[in-house]
Amino acid sequence: MIIGLDVGGTHTDAVLLSDFKVKEKVKVTTDVSDLFTTIVSCLEKLLKDNKPEHIKRIVLSTTLTTNAIVQQNIEKIGIIVSAGPGIDPEFFRTHKDFYCVAGSIDHRGRQREPINENEIKQVGEKLKKNGIKNIGVIGKFCVKNPTHEILIKNILKNDFKKIFLGHNISGNLNFPRRISTTYLNALVYNVHKKFFNGVKKSLKEKGLKSPIKILKADGGTMSLESSMLFPSQSILSGPSASVIGSTIYAPENKDTLVLDIGGTTTDIAILVNKTPLLEPIGIKTGNYKTLIRSLKTYSIGIGGDSHVRVENNNIIIGPKRLGNAMAFNGPCPTPTDALVALGLMKHGNKEKALKAIKDIAEKLDMPQDKTAKKIFKQTCSTILKHAFNMVKTINKQPVYTVHEFLEGYQVNIKKILLLGGPAKYFTDEIQKISKIKTKAVKFSSVANAMGAGLARTTCSVSLLVDTEQGIATAFEENFAESVAKNYIKEDVLKTAYNLLKKKALKLGADIENMEFETTEFQEFNIVRNFSFKGKIFKTKVQIKPGLIKGYKDI
Amino acid sequence: MFKAGKKTGLVFFPAFDWAIDPTHPEREERLLYTQDQVMEEGIFDINGIKEYKPDIVTLEDIRRVHFCVPDENTVTTKSHLISAGGATAIARAVMEKKVEKGFALVRPPGHHAMRITHGCRGFCHINIEAIMIEYIRQKYKIKKVAVVDTDCHHGDGTNDIYWHDPDTLFISIHQDGRTMYPGSGFPNELGGPNAKCTNLNIPLPPGTSSKGYLYILKNSILPALNDFKPEIIINSAGQDNHYTDPLTNMKFSAQGYALLTKLLKPDIAVLEGGYSIEGALPYVNLGIILAMAELDYSKVIEPDYNAEKLKQDVSVTDKIKKTSDIINKYWEQRHEITEKQAENHGKFAETHKEVFYDTDNIFERQKERIRICRDCAGVLEIDSSASTNPRISAIHIPFNACNTCIETGYKIFEKADLQKYKKVFLQDRPKDVYKIKEI
Ligand SMILES: [Zn+2]
Ligand SMILES: [Zn+2]
Repeated sequence: MIIGLDVGGTHTDAVLLSDFKVKEKVKVTTDVSDLFTTIVSCLEKLLKDNKPEHIKRIVLSTTLTTNAIVQQNIEKIGIIVSAGPGIDPEFFRTHKDFYCVAGSIDHRGRQREPINENEIKQVGEKLKKNGIKNIGVIGKFCVKNPTHEILIKNILKNDFKKIFLGHNISGNLNFPRRISTTYLNALVYNVHKKFFNGVKKSLKEKGLKSPIKILKADGGTMSLESSMLFPSQSILSGPSASVIGSTIYAPENKDTLVLDIGGTTTDIAILVNKTPLLEPIGIKTGNYKTLIRSLKTYSIGIGGDSHVRVENNNIIIGPKRLGNAMAFNGPCPTPTDALVALGLMKHGNKEKALKAIKDIAEKLDMPQDKTAKKIFKQTCSTILKHAFNMVKTINKQPVYTVHEFLEGYQVNIKKILLLGGPAKYFTDEIQKISKIKTKAVKFSSVANAMGAGLARTTCSVSLLVDTEQGIATAFEENFAESVAKNYIKEDVLKTAYNLLKKKALKLGADIENMEFETTEFQEFNIVRNFSFKGKIFKTKVQIKPGLIKGYKDI
Repeated sequence: MFKAGKKTGLVFFPAFDWAIDPTHPEREERLLYTQDQVMEEGIFDINGIKEYKPDIVTLEDIRRVHFCVPDENTVTTKSHLISAGGATAIARAVMEKKVEKGFALVRPPGHHAMRITHGCRGFCHINIEAIMIEYIRQKYKIKKVAVVDTDCHHGDGTNDIYWHDPDTLFISIHQDGRTMYPGSGFPNELGGPNAKCTNLNIPLPPGTSSKGYLYILKNSILPALNDFKPEIIINSAGQDNHYTDPLTNMKFSAQGYALLTKLLKPDIAVLEGGYSIEGALPYVNLGIILAMAELDYSKVIEPDYNAEKLKQDVSVTDKIKKTSDIINKYWEQRHEITEKQAENHGKFAETHKEVFYDTDNIFERQKERIRICRDCAGVLEIDSSASTNPRISAIHIPFNACNTCIETGYKIFEKADLQKYKKVFLQDRPKDVYKIKEI
């Protein structure tokens, strides 16, 4: 049996799955000030009639790190960056304890200016004096040569408890994002560690001995142990739980639009052949642009409980939620009231809903039924408008080769899946407006918890081979190996897949759930003075997000 | 907060799967390190910088500028169409005010491609700036355009295309043609009889440093632009003036390029040449992007930058001052010179020239006849025979042509003898049509 648990901003959902079936489902209100108790009480409810020793897998998706960042209730950390030529790194300052130091690595990973040991020691002293215990060290182009970061770590290793290095965070280029990602990682490290050590201990006491997995923003899982090194990967895992849940019901070989309609917001995602699309670089959260791999989701401030009002003779819906719908004793009219007033939704206080609609109808000088219909239609069409804008933007993404320009994949939505509490009431209208086959998924209100429970372990590896310099490197994986001049594409991919397999196993993946794919492959001749000097290969391989085997057709 | 002072659009199309041939300077690898630098700097994340996907230009877009012989498909590959499409995409973003500035970092380049094109010369097949300019003229009714070509090689293709157009001010600064391909671009090359002094060719001696570039910019280029009052300024931003470029002999730097961009204030920049792909391009492109977006570029300095080594020789400084004076003198006399030309109104002026396509090893002979006209840029007839193609005739009716020139153009087209020419082309810019006559 499997447990999937998704802590959301308002609700926490949990399911217990047994032999392809939802055996138990639980929904409780999230206590934001005490997520620990929320999780434990959820698990207790699930286990009331089930033996803990039958649980083989537990996956948790929480808002812990996300909240920690928003609330800034975190301890002080220090950041040291070494940049070299380019944009002044001062522009990427994260906070007060941020130091720019000498040292430079160029775009091919060659040292152009050494690190100044004395300067590093002085910065270390200042940070220590400030009471800082954990730091992050980030070098420009460290993914091509991490020696400066390692050197700084060695100089300071006795002065700090934990030192995060930029090249361990991501194999992707983007110095400012690497800075903010390392910063966030260091920031949530202690909160995450303390919390999950507590969860682990508590589950053990309840007899739950199976390994605990944490859901990441890219819709994959990682083991609790490996999450300690990269806790920021769990930031914004919420939308991904639902999206992975929706893949259970998505058709093969077709592009599907997923709309997770909640009370306050609707999250939009796109599946291509049951696989969710990923952000090309990384997640954006608040003011931070990061290198954290994540699903491509887009959230709009429109949902079942959005505040509906009239401005300049127009109906305005959202982006705020002031509370429940009036039909459920809330303070203001909402799309849910329109549903209740139209008789589409059977529960809720119809009288109050009609009063809510009357309020709007009078301002518009329109009959009530027409007003209710208009509110509902506008809710649906606004959601669809945003969704198809997202598709359009994806199809306009820049490409860098003639081949991709001419043959590049274009998303073409053929099916719409609806998730979330009010999903089933929206089906017909969304289908009518979009003229695309629309379905609300079974168990739509706990699809998120199911998604968490069934998500496979994901990861990616970036490998760079430079045969002129004679090296293959993937510094994110602490890998560097000398290669011969005659290294070819097959060798590159073999090395990359080996690294990927090793990484996946470390993250807790099972051999049977390792579907590898190459997401990027580029090959360049290095030519100097009209003669061939070697080759550069750049590749990215991944285990794409999706479901673990066996649970394809619930 | 790092926010662009001017909203800037970028098209980045490195054509990672296209090369003239595997060991040619114009190859897949050319923008690889630039891409790595731009990505690592997080350029596309900067508030106020937006990346656009290139378009692919159509036959119609090419036919507003070129006569491709024997036809467009033979002369171009898809990568040329996308490179030119990178320029049109960025121009559209600027013209539609989605951004204030635009920079197309595309390859292959285009500024050596002339109006008639039989193939590849100076690594160029079609002229991407000219295709962009005629596209915006057609779509957005722009008339007066200035092109400042800062590539180290004379932009002889653009020079040729706008030779007779008084509404396009073409300025090229480049290493002296006596020491550098293509060997043209001297101060007395001022444009055709209807457009004298709207081509300014400014040769610079080998060894010119930032000081020299900025001198010519401040003393000749900016004043001319100020007088001409273009509606839009285009920069053909070649990067081979850099001190590390393997094909040239100059001493320009990333800081110099950024400052030049800051002062020139082009609305649109289009990448041209530049073959120091590791030592120059990553830093120069970064400097240009930041300068266009009005962002701080003070730390964009090459790792091996050495101010002492890049000092300009006194003799070089003197030569540049003299050239600047000559150019300014021509510019001051531009009205008198034009009036003098107009005395021959209605007559045809004939010139002969030979064009060598170094990359494709094609030799072409041209006979050019322009109708001297005080009312428009004048109808142009070109008779061309190349070593690879049979003889053709091409008639260009300029976008602002007067009725007489339009009628004359059609008469020449109809009368053209297909016994003599394999094909006869007519480019009617006012109607935006292109006609081909053949047996
Ligand atoms: Zn050049
Ligand atoms: Zn005329």
